[in-house]
Amino acid sequence: MAYSDKVIDHYENPRNVGSLPKDDVNVGTGLVGAPECGDVMKLQVKVNPATGVIDDAKFKTFGCGSAIASSSLATEWLKGKTVDEALAIKNTDIVNELSLPPVKIHCSVLAEDAIKAAISDYKKKQTAEGKTAEKVAQPTA
Amino acid sequence: MAIKLPIYMDYHATTPTDPRVLEAMLPYFTQHFGNAASRNHPFGWEAEEAVEKARKQIADLIGANAKEIVFTSGATESDNLAIKGVAEMYREKGNHIITAVTEHKAIIDTCKRLEKDGYRVTYLPVQKDGRISLDELKAAISDKTILITIMAANNEIGVIQPIAEIGAIAKEKGILFHTDAVQMVGKVPFDVNALKVDMASISAHKMYGPKGVGALYVRRRNPRVLLSPIIDGGGHERGMRSGTLNVTGIVGFGKAAELCKQEMAVESERLRGLRDYLNDKLHKRLDEIYINGSMEHRLPHNLNISFAYVEGESLLMGINDVAVSSGSACTSASLEPSYVLKALGAGDDLAHSSIRFGLGRWSTKEEVDYVADKLTSVVTKLRDMSPLYELAKEGVDLSTMVWQTEGH
Repeated sequence: MAYSDKVIDHYENPRNVGSLPKDDVNVGTGLVGAPECGDVMKLQVKVNPATGVIDDAKFKTFGCGSAIASSSLATEWLKGKTVDEALAIKNTDIVNELSLPPVKIHCSVLAEDAIKAAISDYKKKQTAEGKTAEKVAQPTA
Repeated sequence: MAIKLPIYMDYHATTPTDPRVLEAMLPYFTQHFGNAASRNHPFGWEAEEAVEKARKQIADLIGANAKEIVFTSGATESDNLAIKGVAEMYREKGNHIITAVTEHKAIIDTCKRLEKDGYRVTYLPVQKDGRISLDELKAAISDKTILITIMAANNEIGVIQPIAEIGAIAKEKGILFHTDAVQMVGKVPFDVNALKVDMASISAHKMYGPKGVGALYVRRRNPRVLLSPIIDGGGHERGMRSGTLNVTGIVGFGKAAELCKQEMAVESERLRGLRDYLNDKLHKRLDEIYINGSMEHRLPHNLNISFAYVEGESLLMGINDVAVSSGSACTSASLEPSYVLKALGAGDDLAHSSIRFGLGRWSTKEEVDYVADKLTSVVTKLRDMSPLYELAKEGVDLSTMVWQTEGH
């Protein structure tokens, strides 16, 4: 099948491949998809606790060229966005940017899911951290 | 030696027409253009003579008699004719057909259609090496079984079935035996009598002949196989396949068969050497790669490897100057990986990660070197990008992981 130039560019020069420390409280990790479906995406964001802005984003993807491009593009878009802005990224934005054909729309859906999963993980950690901080804080108060 | 890109390494899909074949065909387009069924003038006689020569050349390749060759449009038609033809002709004798799960779609889908018409079909599973179990075959036979159809060599994994043993079982039980021999004929020895085959489908374009022509070998003696035609008309091919003969195609098919017979021994050994060289080279450089199917019972020019933790389509994209096939079908709506690889018991992830290499008459060592080098670098790059490889290296057992698959 023919890929768009943008998909090929992301495939050949993927942006932000790698991993962030997943135990870091400011890092949110999303792992979506399944090997038997032919796509697994891991997407991570690192949020600046002072500003609430995503400082860094990394991905690793097992999947076709369109899946790699979708996640690579997502990490590019995530950097510099606030957590709420990140949640506004829609799979259709990715489809349009990469000119994905209908059979590859699931790749963009997976990328959107990965963003949401990463942010959700980050928020969960923050809440848990908050609770722990309160508990820790109490005895000294 | 400079290599020409892109490299063709997909000889199971099709083969280029050998220039010697094309040369034999050319006069039959414009000069000797007659209809082989025209019995009353020299134009027809010339065409008929050419067809009969080709029939003999093809019969010689498989140890058959020329009268046992029925020309068709290709192996898909041959498969349809064999199965539907036997099913209809022997309906009163029984309604049970035995085949295997790794057969070509031309067999599987034909059988599925017959199931709708009241036939019963047993789809034998295959073992991890891709071969059927003879015990399971024997157990599946009933007094209603009229046909066993098991392919000679698989188109994806090149695994050769125990054809002679199946033929012996079928003969003993008085059941007709058809084999889709498309991938095997012309590549390694195939003799219808030694293998006790009653019908065999073959195709010209898989053996350096032109596309659009094939044949069905139909045994005439011991037993004499009768087939109901699936195409009605002028009663060509002894009533089994009506339609004006594709004279040019048939001439090419015959020449291709003659060349295969002459060159098979040397060619298959050369390709086996190249295939083993490719396999060794990949194994030396990459960890976690797995051969799909038996290496012992395998066509010499086939290699099918799963590169764990790397998805097939992205792998093909990285080697886009090499023409090979993948067991991943990410482009299809179903996202179903190869049913052949799944039948071997490979996990879906490994099925998605597979590449089929098909070597052929014009494959060179330089090409194999190029492909091995390119694959090594692309697999390495994609693994660096693969969350599965990362998890595996962390010691996570991927088979026990719970994946978030809802909605996909």
